[in-house]
Amino acid sequence: MKPISIEEKLGVNKFNVDEGNPHIIIKKETGNLEVIKKCVIACPAGLYSIKEDGNISFDFAGCLECGTCRVICAGTGILDWNYPQGTFGVEFRYG
Amino acid sequence: MPEEKFDCIIVGAGPAGSTAGFLLANAGLEVLIIERGTFAGSKNMTGGRLYSHSLEKIISDFASVAPVERKVVKETITMLTNDSAVSIDFQSQQLNQAQKESYTVLRADFDQWLAGKAEDAGAILAPGVRVDDLLFKDGKVTGVIAGEDEMEADVVILADGVNSLLAQKAGLKVELKPNQVAVGVKEVIELPAQVIEDRFGLNKGEGAARIFVGNCTKGKIGGGFLYTNKNSLSLGLVFTLADLAESQLTVPQMLEEFKSHPVIKPLIKDGKLVEYSAHLVPEAGLNMLPKLYSDGVMVVGDAAGLVINAGYTVRGMDLAIASGEAASKAIITAKEQDDYSAASLARYQDLLDRSFVMQDLKQYQKFPEFMENPRIFNEYPQLVVNIFKDMFIVDGSPGKPLRKKVLNHAKQVGLVNLLKDAWKGVKAL
Repeated sequence: MKPISIEEKLGVNKFNVDEGNPHIIIKKETGNLEVIKKCVIACPAGLYSIKEDGNISFDFAGCLECGTCRVICAGTGILDWNYPQGTFGVEFRYG
Repeated sequence: MPEEKFDCIIVGAGPAGSTAGFLLANAGLEVLIIERGTFAGSKNMTGGRLYSHSLEKIISDFASVAPVERKVVKETITMLTNDSAVSIDFQSQQLNQAQKESYTVLRADFDQWLAGKAEDAGAILAPGVRVDDLLFKDGKVTGVIAGEDEMEADVVILADGVNSLLAQKAGLKVELKPNQVAVGVKEVIELPAQVIEDRFGLNKGEGAARIFVGNCTKGKIGGGFLYTNKNSLSLGLVFTLADLAESQLTVPQMLEEFKSHPVIKPLIKDGKLVEYSAHLVPEAGLNMLPKLYSDGVMVVGDAAGLVINAGYTVRGMDLAIASGEAASKAIITAKEQDDYSAASLARYQDLLDRSFVMQDLKQYQKFPEFMENPRIFNEYPQLVVNIFKDMFIVDGSPGKPLRKKVLNHAKQVGLVNLLKDAWKGVKAL
């Protein structure tokens, strides 16, 4: 198998994105880079990144709803984390 | 205002929730199972393999009708370094015996089937609904809130998975900690059945299960897994969250490197990625056990952290099913006595205590701590590989006695460390 980028991988999945209604919101952008760095490493969907100017980039579309970032950020007040509304989000066809 | 009151509302149509729903509906109770996905299983993933014993007790010979993938007849543990591997293979006719067998499964199909059994028994399944909160009255849980809707029940079972936000709201559970959970990532890779059977040396319908330790996680606490399905492989990695912080590579990068390891590469050759999934695994066992019940509410399955990671076996679904069964039995008695108080629902805990669930959790109580040892994921796989290299690589350089070879490599890890870890391992198991 050829190497596959994370974007291509997520492209294989079925998502029903709740446009304009993110289920994960970064509430505190500044002063939390060390915690966010852990999310950059651990997020299975590679949705977290830190830009050159030090700002956080995050996209909730493509979320696999594992809760990894939720547990990493627990107690810090950085994230507002919920499951997507019913029927929205990832739909595993194999699982 | 609530329109109708159920005997029981179950949040989550995974193995724990659907088992409870099936048994309660069979006993004539009015049951509502609420699932946030568009169908049961659509939010769930497993490595994965189901040990059949607990479901077999409830639905005899289920594997002949349920959408299971392959019966596992071959177990392999592989220690990996960057370019080498040493494997231990176990094959036995005993893996084939009733109650002892295990099956690879894919959850979208399997969970739908089990939820369907609950529906057939009379439970109402409401998919596509996210439960946001619980209804409380005088400190008792009396139902659930989903959006604008309120639904009442005598008892609510929380089967909402590892993250169980609801168990926290019910005051049964505190927030998960990074050393209590592992993140699992998995690719489902499509291959023709014949190719799978040839590559893994299997007869038609038989399956293989492989676990990997060492280089696959770059020495981080965790491991790799590979299960054969009918027409696909489930290949993935699991990492304890607490140990990931200092990793040089991201989780998706490590999965790609694992796939290109010389041991894995030929196994997935010409395969086609059909899905990429991720999930948290509760791994701290008894050390993270929540309060299992309170007035009008119980927590089961992954939501209760009922998973056993013994390194060479990882079990969750068989515990989930048994916990769903225990919860349903307690509720059936509660219904007879019309008493859904904590004191009455304590029967759930009693039943679990007497079952394999708590007995096995106790048995492996010290294991999570034992696994928090970086030597298991770095030095030991290297040590074993080095010994085998000395044994099998012949290049004309003068040979040394085997005992010296072994001793030299062992000294690199430190004999005291080796003995200490071996003793800890024996005690932990």
